[in-house]
Amino acid sequence: MSGTMKQTWSPPTDELQSVLAELKETVGACMQCGTCTASCPNEFAMDVTPRRMWRMIQFGMLDEILESRTFWFCSSCYMCTLRCPRGLKLTSAMSALKRLASLDGSRQARKNGAFYEAFMDNVETYGRVQETIMMNGYFLKRKDPAVPLAFIPMGMKMMARGKLHMPSGRQRGLLKPLFSKAREMEGGI
Amino acid sequence: MKYAYYPGCSLRESAQEFDISVQAVMERLGVELEEIPDWTCCGASAAEPVSKLMNYVLPARNLAIVEKEMGAMDVLAPCSACYLNLLKVDREVIGNRHLHGRVNEVLAASGLVYGGTVKVRHLLDVLLNDVGAKIVEQKVTDSLEGMTVAPYYGCQILRPYPVFDDPGRPTSMEPILKALGATVHKWDFGNRCCGASLMVGHRDVALRSVADILAGAEGADVIVTVCPLCQMNLEAYQSQAVKSGGRHVPVIYLSQLMGLAFGMGEKLMQLKKNMTLTGTARKDFNAKVWRPDVQSEGEDEAVDMSG
Ligand code: SF4
Ligand code: SF4
Repeated sequence: MSGTMKQTWSPPTDELQSVLAELKETVGACMQCGTCTASCPNEFAMDVTPRRMWRMIQFGMLDEILESRTFWFCSSCYMCTLRCPRGLKLTSAMSALKRLASLDGSRQARKNGAFYEAFMDNVETYGRVQETIMMNGYFLKRKDPAVPLAFIPMGMKMMARGKLHMPSGRQRGLLKPLFSKAREMEGGI
Repeated sequence: MKYAYYPGCSLRESAQEFDISVQAVMERLGVELEEIPDWTCCGASAAEPVSKLMNYVLPARNLAIVEKEMGAMDVLAPCSACYLNLLKVDREVIGNRHLHGRVNEVLAASGLVYGGTVKVRHLLDVLLNDVGAKIVEQKVTDSLEGMTVAPYYGCQILRPYPVFDDPGRPTSMEPILKALGATVHKWDFGNRCCGASLMVGHRDVALRSVADILAGAEGADVIVTVCPLCQMNLEAYQSQAVKSGGRHVPVIYLSQLMGLAFGMGEKLMQLKKNMTLTGTARKDFNAKVWRPDVQSEGEDEAVDMSG
């Protein structure tokens, strides 16, 4: 895909369009200098460079954006945001791309978004993250027995060091009203 | 000196040694920490990919409590991710009328409102600028003379909002380490990302960052961190990162190292909870093998993960 103007018309929902609009606003002033790509520690794992991703957003190439896995490799290190000569909030753009993909709901997105969702589910229920339950929630969302297996050595190490704890329910439910209200206002989450 | 203390979730879960050492060390330095009543999770870097609004509401809720119940005292957050999320409310919500209104609309569901008067401070900022290296030095009973320490800053206390340090060449830990008597390891990896939560879903990618950081610590006796996620990634996956070119090196929280130099002992500083501090490494700490006057036996001995 070159830099040709291409509008794609997959049937996007309102929310998808609103996130896309937010993204266009965030990176609208990108001048394609490439500083972000050069600053990114995870660029080697991305299929589309950050710089090209902003271009795809400017052109509204929704299908191509959703096909890419680039944003799932963003570790929120803020190097690009710090260095962008235009002062664009690029880490936020990467997060918005993750939200966009989750709204689209592909298998890729469900797999890659599972950790963030498990984390937020846990926060909504318990008020404070309960790590053991949160990781279980993550494993359930991944639906792949190989995933928890890969965490066994680490779990053993943590257990040996007294780093695993019984969940505490003291802040349970405290955040429910906030989550419900935000969900109502954002129409989703 | 008194601060509203926001420990954050990790410090009450897998990073309890950070919580305990911070509280003990701050008390020794004459700093009073009052925990925010019923504080809740800040959302870490998981909120923004799920909900833009909750990404601001979660930290704002805690600030609203401080504003209402604690007289808008400065907040002290030891965890970098908590610090940045709390700081983002100040930088991105306050002054943006539309967003501020929306955040307060959500907070109202819990009977809260946030006006924007609370200042957020990171542990390092408070140590450096409020306490000062001089006071730290006065409390040292077991100087770390001869120990070479690699200061690891990570991302979120430096970027995107540099408040108390230079994000390109961070140095804020140096006066404190020097006050403890330690030698600062000069390296370029102090502000490199540890891979953060990529370690969960894309471990191979995060391991490359960890391996680079560990390799960069060549020549240092220990790496110090100020973030539970950095600490976790550098410690728990160290043996795997070594296979990709990293090297074994003990990793310890800054507050734990300070406690040791203050003579508080490995038990109170909970060194047993550090996954890279094996029996041998702890013995080395106790024997102060890095001291010029101490015979170094196991100096280059590999730290394994089994003990
Ligand atoms: S650094 Fe900023 S202006 Fe340059 S390509 Fe990246 S987003 Fe665009
Ligand atoms: S914030 Fe994300 S996209 Fe930006 S440099 Fe860091 S990892 Fe790359």
